[in-house]
Amino acid sequence: MLDKKIIKTAFKKSIPIMCSYLFIAFAYGLMMKKAGFAWYVAFFISFFVYTGAFQFVLIPFLTSHVSLLTLAITALLMNSRQTFYSLTFIHDFKKMGIKKWYMIHTLTDETYAVNCTLDEDNKDAVMFYVALFSRIYWLFGTIVGSVAGSLIPIDLKGIDFCMTALFVIIFMDQWTQTKDHFPALSGVIIAFICLLIFSSQQFMLPSLIIVSLLLLLNQGKETKNG
Amino acid sequence: MDRYIFLVIVISTIITFFLRAFPFLFFNEQRKMPAWLDRLGQRLPASIMAILIIYCLKDLKTSFLPLGIPSFIAIIVVVMTYHIKRNTLLSITLSTLTYMILLNLF
Repeated sequence: MLDKKIIKTAFKKSIPIMCSYLFIAFAYGLMMKKAGFAWYVAFFISFFVYTGAFQFVLIPFLTSHVSLLTLAITALLMNSRQTFYSLTFIHDFKKMGIKKWYMIHTLTDETYAVNCTLDEDNKDAVMFYVALFSRIYWLFGTIVGSVAGSLIPIDLKGIDFCMTALFVIIFMDQWTQTKDHFPALSGVIIAFICLLIFSSQQFMLPSLIIVSLLLLLNQGKETKNG
Repeated sequence: MDRYIFLVIVISTIITFFLRAFPFLFFNEQRKMPAWLDRLGQRLPASIMAILIIYCLKDLKTSFLPLGIPSFIAIIVVVMTYHIKRNTLLSITLSTLTYMILLNLF
């Protein structure tokens, strides 16, 4: 009975991820098919690598046979932001025993955002099901896209905006929950400046590094004052 | 599936998993996470959410018009409806529909 309630909560929380993942993974599967790969190659990549933007970068990499060193460096640079995400949930995940490794593997931009919105009631279990559902959406989208992509004619252009909307909502929630607006404001300003300086594919990592440094400096001040 | 594809999958998987697991591998019961890093982890979500919003709008950098108008209006829809109703799914549905319709107009 309790489990049912948890699953229901997790499903509701995962609906924005569903809209986004089904659509993006579908596009990914379709692009893999068009690049000439069998559906199971797309499936294996979605299953094991499981990281949105990087999987798209992998497509031209695979077709042009880039060196494995280039591949490794790109993976490092594109996905290091995940390290920052783990920092927030290190205590929550550690409590989860063996499931911890699954939670680490399935931590994405989107599940990170949703996990930030959960309250303490059964947080572990809800996080687990959000991760599980999100992964199912991603795999399902990939399979449909790579098997039958070109057969589906509906135009869903723009549906991925649901993720932008969710980020805005979480941002608003976090804003009202705290008086410490330094992290939010420095995030907006630094990300904007970094976007102007770096390419749109590369600005996230420098943004995260600079914001973290700023927060640390600001933290030092806080403790001195308090 | 040839050897190259196999290696690409293995290397990408290992690196991506390692990056996600890094703080967990580095800190354990013997080596506790220092308080300043713990505090950083607690304050980062607000910054990360801001960065993710900018990430979603990153393509406007190269072509603000006409792409910017649907995004701009749709974001106003989310902010307004969520401010009034505080209903996540309602705001997401309304703003995404607005965005999709506007995208077809512009």
